[in-house]
Amino acid sequence: MLSKRIIPCLDCDLGVPEGRVVKGVEFENLKEAGKPAKLAEKYYKEGADEIVFLDITASKQKRETMSHIVKNTSENVFVPLSVGGGINSIESARKIFNSGADKISINTAALKNPNLVEKISKRFGSQATIVAIDAKRRVIDSEEPEDRITIETPEGKAWYESSIYGGSKFTGKDAIKWAKEAEERGAGEILLTSMDMDGQTEGYDIPLTKKISEELSIPVIASGGCGNPKHIYEVFKETEASAALAASIFHYDEYSIKEVKEYLDDRDIPVRL
Amino acid sequence: MTISILDYDMGNIKSIENALTFLNSKLEIVKKPKNLNGEKIIIPGVGAFGQAMKSLEPFREKIKGEVKKGTPILGICLGLQAFFEKSEETSSTDGLGLLKGEVVKIDTDQNLPHIGWNTLKIENSECPLFKGVQNGYVYFVHSYHAPPRENILTATSDYGTDITASVWKDNIYGTQFHPEKSGEVGLKILKNFLEL
Repeated sequence: MLSKRIIPCLDCDLGVPEGRVVKGVEFENLKEAGKPAKLAEKYYKEGADEIVFLDITASKQKRETMSHIVKNTSENVFVPLSVGGGINSIESARKIFNSGADKISINTAALKNPNLVEKISKRFGSQATIVAIDAKRRVIDSEEPEDRITIETPEGKAWYESSIYGGSKFTGKDAIKWAKEAEERGAGEILLTSMDMDGQTEGYDIPLTKKISEELSIPVIASGGCGNPKHIYEVFKETEASAALAASIFHYDEYSIKEVKEYLDDRDIPVRL
Repeated sequence: MTISILDYDMGNIKSIENALTFLNSKLEIVKKPKNLNGEKIIIPGVGAFGQAMKSLEPFREKIKGEVKKGTPILGICLGLQAFFEKSEETSSTDGLGLLKGEVVKIDTDQNLPHIGWNTLKIENSECPLFKGVQNGYVYFVHSYHAPPRENILTATSDYGTDITASVWKDNIYGTQFHPEKSGEVGLKILKNFLEL
């Protein structure tokens, strides 16, 4: 039986040599979060099923730093390694793969140029192509908009809008439709982040994750909002998500990956222990 | 001892290279048939069967010769599938025909591709690759698998149906999963191959 995957996400600021992991960590605690390669190795040893690096600086000059980090990490980490942030061409993807990544994730570049999903998946395989979607809930107050897929949410009926540039710009594109389109274009997995829940530590966006994971046949990685192991349990219990991504609960040492997995195992969620 | 890793442009070989380096193995990336001279050979591969066989064609005779000589050879994922006679994924292309059987699409009610960690069910613990390995989780990425037409199955995995996880015949070894991405269990399996 396929296990549910637990994936720590390392948001990397590449402004310093070797980078640093920043998300979910107060500024004064930056040192504790550590270097991406070291932290990835620690999570691997604790039982992470996969590691995700996200380059939040994503500027061309910093690309070398990311390649360097990926190279150092992949020499010591023997679970799949995914890298996202700023990848916008076959060439930039190749550079990351050649450094030792197993998968790349694309967001902004894919929304701006959906053909890139086909190109990258044809060249490197669907299994190596993740489309990341940052979705923002748009509650409908009056008339139902045309051409939108709506679902029931705790705030009422809503559709979801995809955003780009790390959530700073909205595209008008329906996130649920975009997820389906990405699958048709050859994406091997969807990394689905709820912008509403992200950083709130109140749990994943269950209605959104449920909808997309049921509509698609490729794996969906739930992301955004995880504050404790119960949230991960809920997303696996109530949706068809194949994997759960979390950052701060692991970085803060609130829970180890092993603890989370034991919690899930006790509740009959299949995990690799 | 040098391990030849065949690079025939079917997917990323960096991961297998990293795993072998971690295990202190001396390795050589081989792109030409005449250089396929390691004491052991690994054929990785991710992608479509037809394209893989096309890229493997120049190596066909050399690989067969090495197998005849008794060189231990390990096929991973598509590399394992290439050992068989043919695949319904691309029926016009012949496999290497080193093992009897046809690669078929996984007949399951679950989603394809089969991506993620699944349990290894060891069917033949005599297989040297599984020395000291318990039934653990290993990492799979595939839609097709190879049910052998001879008694060479050494492990299966349950994905709504039993799928071929690994095979062994004389000096030919194959894993459908990726040992290089399967954590400690995978490293142990690779180490066992290196120590043959």
